[in-house]
Amino acid sequence: MIDFWIHPALIMIVGALLLPFFAKGPLRIPYLIAVPLVSFVNVLLMQKGTFGIVQFMDWTLTFGRVDRLSHVFGFIMTLMCLIGTIYGLHVKQAGQHMAAWLYVAGSLGVLYCGDYVVLFLFWELMAFTSVFLIWYRGRKESLNAGYRYLLVHTAGGLALLAGFVLRYQATGGDIFFGPVGVDSPTLSTYLIMIGFLLNAAVPPFHSWLPEAYGEASVTGSVFMCAFTTKTAVYALARGFAGMDILVPMGVIMALYGVVYAVLENDSRRLLAYHIISQVGYMVAGVGIGTQMAINGAAAHAFAHILYKGLLFMGCGSVLYMTGQSKFTELGGLYKKMPRAFLYTLIGGLSISAFPLFSGFVSKSMIVAAGFSEHIYWAAFLLTLASAGTFLHTGLKVPYFIWFGKNNCAKETWDRAAEPPKNMEVAMIIASFLCIFIGCYTPFLYDLLPYEVNYDPYTAYHLSESMQILLFTALGFFLFIKKLAPEAKIAIDLDIIYRKGAKLFMWFARKPVQTVDDAVSEAYNDGGLVPLMTTARFASWFDWHGIDGVVDGIARTVRNIGGGLRKVQSGQLQYSIYYAVSFVALVIAAYVLA
Amino acid sequence: MIVQIIDFFRDRMKMTVRLCYGVLALLVVIDIIPGLTGKEHHAHTWVEHIPGWWSVFGFIACTLIILISKWFGHTFVMTREDFYDD
Repeated sequence: MIDFWIHPALIMIVGALLLPFFAKGPLRIPYLIAVPLVSFVNVLLMQKGTFGIVQFMDWTLTFGRVDRLSHVFGFIMTLMCLIGTIYGLHVKQAGQHMAAWLYVAGSLGVLYCGDYVVLFLFWELMAFTSVFLIWYRGRKESLNAGYRYLLVHTAGGLALLAGFVLRYQATGGDIFFGPVGVDSPTLSTYLIMIGFLLNAAVPPFHSWLPEAYGEASVTGSVFMCAFTTKTAVYALARGFAGMDILVPMGVIMALYGVVYAVLENDSRRLLAYHIISQVGYMVAGVGIGTQMAINGAAAHAFAHILYKGLLFMGCGSVLYMTGQSKFTELGGLYKKMPRAFLYTLIGGLSISAFPLFSGFVSKSMIVAAGFSEHIYWAAFLLTLASAGTFLHTGLKVPYFIWFGKNNCAKETWDRAAEPPKNMEVAMIIASFLCIFIGCYTPFLYDLLPYEVNYDPYTAYHLSESMQILLFTALGFFLFIKKLAPEAKIAIDLDIIYRKGAKLFMWFARKPVQTVDDAVSEAYNDGGLVPLMTTARFASWFDWHGIDGVVDGIARTVRNIGGGLRKVQSGQLQYSIYYAVSFVALVIAAYVLA
Repeated sequence: MIVQIIDFFRDRMKMTVRLCYGVLALLVVIDIIPGLTGKEHHAHTWVEHIPGWWSVFGFIACTLIILISKWFGHTFVMTREDFYDD
């Protein structure tokens, strides 16, 4: 076999850069399909081994570590890129396709990299390209949401970088990205882990996700829901398998997403909260760390990318056709969009782990790994969360969009119809794969990193799953009045950086004002009797002392407020510029030292 | 065709609901009959040997999730939609 290897990310990058030349004319659609298809076929034909080794100054950089773990992720990422691009074929803006492809390239680069330098490079590429998928929605809110997304991810990237730099120093120049040594974690281990956890949307680092994915463009969110979090799951599986703390974190995630999904009125934000919940299973799987659990995490990521993509495509098609994504603006659409309903339902049954659908063969592996390691509390709580998954994604989403009370305005109702052909083709492919994976288990199980000795289709597991699911459905219909959507938003931790500046201003102004008032009052009360000298002294003291202090505080507050305001508006590029320059300086210092 | 199937069941709501209850009852019966599901070998914990355990678990899980989330939401978490606008 000839030692010839092309990085699938390179295909996507070159494809994206050449895309403007094909943006108009008859070659547009063939080109848009060909590039992700070539990338996918490239991954299919790829040999295992280490490729793409580049000497860069003192570092030996590895771009192509192809083993079973990176292969299963690379397989599904390139496949999803193809499906997502088909879903977005009608989108005329070349920029949106370019952003999506470069974003995929970032993800693929992380999957196949062998060291922290390349990892960081592609990690940042993901953040800086995916933000355009939010901005292309074109609303004022999207612009703000995009800046916040970028800011949060820059912070996460810096944590990762700091961890890497500390590690580099402590190990005497080791840049290899592999198991980090979870038995004796140091500060650098935790910093790297925080960088990964932020991208995996583990609370308290999660609130960027529902905001960004709810606000992204219709095709943008189909891409985003697949890549960022699952790339982080891969990175965690590679570096942190068996890290105990990830088990409770994953379980909290799984439940957290479920609770917020109850409160959510926007269908795509609800799906986004369920990403947090589902990634919770994967994070817990990585924390358990046995071969079965890592298999489960990889299998669940694989299945999740397909069914979550399908769900975002289904709800996205409703948004695309009607212009609405809130349950309080939708309802009763089954006569208008029956096929979109069917695809979304297939996605819903897959995420809920219904027998014969993809989630059934993947999610149960993680829970079973929990049981066989005797971590019963985690296994039971994850099972409980799966009831919540069916409750929302399997029942609430289809019910309140296609059935239930018809809240549609006349315009919404008139616009509602089946989506364009390309969207349907993408949904058909994803639906087929969801069912295929669920029915024919060897397809997925043979791709997994370790050998699989697990059969999901035992009589007991079928009986257990059906009981949990259908009695959850009973609960849903009994409590349906309680679940009726409310036209409200739920405050999440993003309040810290969305209202933080305002909160700070209020806090600082209030005490300053009170002190100022109190001083004036005391001065007035004693104002009549005192002698002229005292008065003059008091006047001098007031002028130079108190006012000086008060004005000084007020000025400081104003300056800090101004600084915070800059961070929250278009001035963000300066912050990023400073951060990147700082990073460059640190790297330069280490290279030259 | 999808619409016809849905309308078929919607027009016969009573029958549909009875059918669903029938399926639920059947699931519990299957669970209770010894030896049918292989529970004796597969169960990991003693609670799973309680007849109809997963049915009760599913229903209670669903109820708890709805009630706790709604309670949580109505403390201070849910607010007006333009909360972040000003």
